[in-house]
Amino acid sequence: MDFLNGFVALSNFVLIPAIAYGSQLALGALGVTLIYGILRFSNFAHGDTMAFGSMIAVLVTWWFQGMGLSLGPLPTALLALPFAILGTIALLLITDRTVYRFYRAQKAKPVILVIVSMGVMFIMNGLVRFIIGPNDQKFLDGERFIISVREFKQMTGLREGLAIKTTQGLTVVVAVICVIALFWFLNRTRTGKSMRAYSDNEDLALLSGINPERVVMYTWMIVGALTAIAGTLYGLDKTFKPFVYFMLLLPIFASAIVGGLGSPLGAIAGGFIVAFSEVTITYAWKKVLTYWMPESLEPDGLVQLLSTDYKFAVSFVILIVVLLFKPTGIFKGKSV
Amino acid sequence: MKKLLMASAATALMAGAASAEDIKLGVILGFTGPIESLTPAMAGGAEVAMQEVTESGKLLGGSTVTPVRADSTCIDAGAATAAAERLITSEGVKGIMGADCSGVTGAVLANVAVPNGVVMISPSATSPALSSAEDNGLFFRTAPSDARQGQVLAEVLMERGFKSAAITYTNNDYGKGLADSIAAAFEGAGGEITTVAAHEDGKADYSAEVGALAAAGGDILIVAGYVDQGGPGVIRAALDTGAFDTFALPDGMIGSALEEAFGDEIEGSIGTVPGSEAADASMVKEKVAATGADASGPYVGESYDAAALIMLAMQAAGSSNSSDYAGKIMDVANAPGEKIMAGELDKALELLANGTDIDYVGATAVELIGPGEAAGGYREIVIEGGKMTTAQYR
Repeated sequence: MDFLNGFVALSNFVLIPAIAYGSQLALGALGVTLIYGILRFSNFAHGDTMAFGSMIAVLVTWWFQGMGLSLGPLPTALLALPFAILGTIALLLITDRTVYRFYRAQKAKPVILVIVSMGVMFIMNGLVRFIIGPNDQKFLDGERFIISVREFKQMTGLREGLAIKTTQGLTVVVAVICVIALFWFLNRTRTGKSMRAYSDNEDLALLSGINPERVVMYTWMIVGALTAIAGTLYGLDKTFKPFVYFMLLLPIFASAIVGGLGSPLGAIAGGFIVAFSEVTITYAWKKVLTYWMPESLEPDGLVQLLSTDYKFAVSFVILIVVLLFKPTGIFKGKSV
Repeated sequence: MKKLLMASAATALMAGAASAEDIKLGVILGFTGPIESLTPAMAGGAEVAMQEVTESGKLLGGSTVTPVRADSTCIDAGAATAAAERLITSEGVKGIMGADCSGVTGAVLANVAVPNGVVMISPSATSPALSSAEDNGLFFRTAPSDARQGQVLAEVLMERGFKSAAITYTNNDYGKGLADSIAAAFEGAGGEITTVAAHEDGKADYSAEVGALAAAGGDILIVAGYVDQGGPGVIRAALDTGAFDTFALPDGMIGSALEEAFGDEIEGSIGTVPGSEAADASMVKEKVAATGADASGPYVGESYDAAALIMLAMQAAGSSNSSDYAGKIMDVANAPGEKIMAGELDKALELLANGTDIDYVGATAVELIGPGEAAGGYREIVIEGGKMTTAQYR
């Protein structure tokens, strides 16, 4: 029984939050990695693109709620998601037309594109704040829990409770669907194949008659869909606040780089590695260890490796270690 | 020699007659920054008092009082110091109503008020560290020190049978000081503090912080944070993970946003907020609301009282110089004397002019103790039926 109690406590505070957070990071990192693989630069505006996408989801959700539309137990934001995706795609395509295409035509170096993307980041940042303001916005409705602590305790009779939030379940399900769809698209469709070809060898791809502007356009569309979904899921699960998405940039880049920039599989693995490291290293293990250890070995302190204030430091450290020892990442992406 | 004598006689005459002047008072509050939603009403409170005094025409033979606002930013000590410096050197203020947050208040006091010898009364700085700050008798506050709130909260917890508690505080001067004083008082009363951990404001997700607090355990979670910053996030994460279901909430967490966010989910949680039965701030709040500011926030009455105390002390001393009236502030604030409620500044000025003692009660039952800080009456709050209800006054 003690083992089970410990496991439930661990699931409640570590496994479930980390899996949900890892899925959100993975979706974000997939977008970063696609842009890096095909457009060949690190897109710093990614976090704020997520903020823009979720902002549209928030606004459309409010509109639906005002009209009395709802999905019953599921959040109304799911209905708003297609609008958010379309809006984000439109924003990205406009940005590409007005900004990135100019530099692409000049064959600008990746580092220049990175700086350009920072400029884009500040503009999107301002745009989001201008439209919805810098504050927290609530747009979650529907059933809060798939299983709540109280229900779980009644069901199992264990001392520890387990809560699975609807948003956590939703995050994982939607992330799995997105990843399957993305891999199917990249491996099975003509456009997907042409994107991979363009990423592997630009000159060869051009010689074989692939239209580069089409590839770029499809990339932005996929990235737009991924960012809108990732941003909305994060906003639903945690909270929507423009600044928070900017802060997400670091763990997202850490995930993409750990997995190997340009490798979609790596982005997913990286997302979970970063999420699990952040959560396990800053978790206080006292409760779990008290259940698992014999009484004589029970810890007195909190058994916390790092205070939760240092959560971001964990992604920094992972980033630096990977860059030092394995710059191509786990799945042999492109070196940075 | 004759000329000199005449000149000095003339100066003495002018000083004696206390000729009517235009007295400027600084109002230095965080008009931008984390409490920007509260400060317009606080400034309004102070300005209501100044207007009342000016209209009475009885201060120092008909002097008028003009407020000069300056921005303390609440968090940037450098900006607050510069703003206060400007008030004194270029505006020539005779006293300062402010600052608001404990950190900037300490900075303004040490860098500007003390070197220039100007009286400063803060309506809302509650850090215990300010009690022992070097102030040359120039610093007062109409808000109680959090050391007092720590004791009150500890008493409430013990009486309600909570024997162990975990504390999380917002990572700044206010949160740290309050958490320390609660921990000391609660342990002194025989309770057990399982952990004291900081949380940063403005994060999206507090489940990691709550995980650590849950590992430490306790009957109740004390959240010394802000109701429109990280505080509700911590409570939400604690409720979602089932880590805690009752909370102890000091003044920064008490606000209508709390009821809106949680309702009866935090049934049985307790709170403490400065307040007293003996005084009524509604007059001040109504006047402030009439100016268009949102007067539902805290420290509006305290601001009125802070400004009123400065002006009454000037009257008692017969001078608007800080060095003259600083010593009178405790006299007008405390017994003995005739009790003065909010809105009775006219009467108070007249009594003082006739040499009668007053005991200023004002909007918040001001009673200054020790190093010139409010003794601190508190309202004990219980969440019942999803509403904040007053259990009793302490």
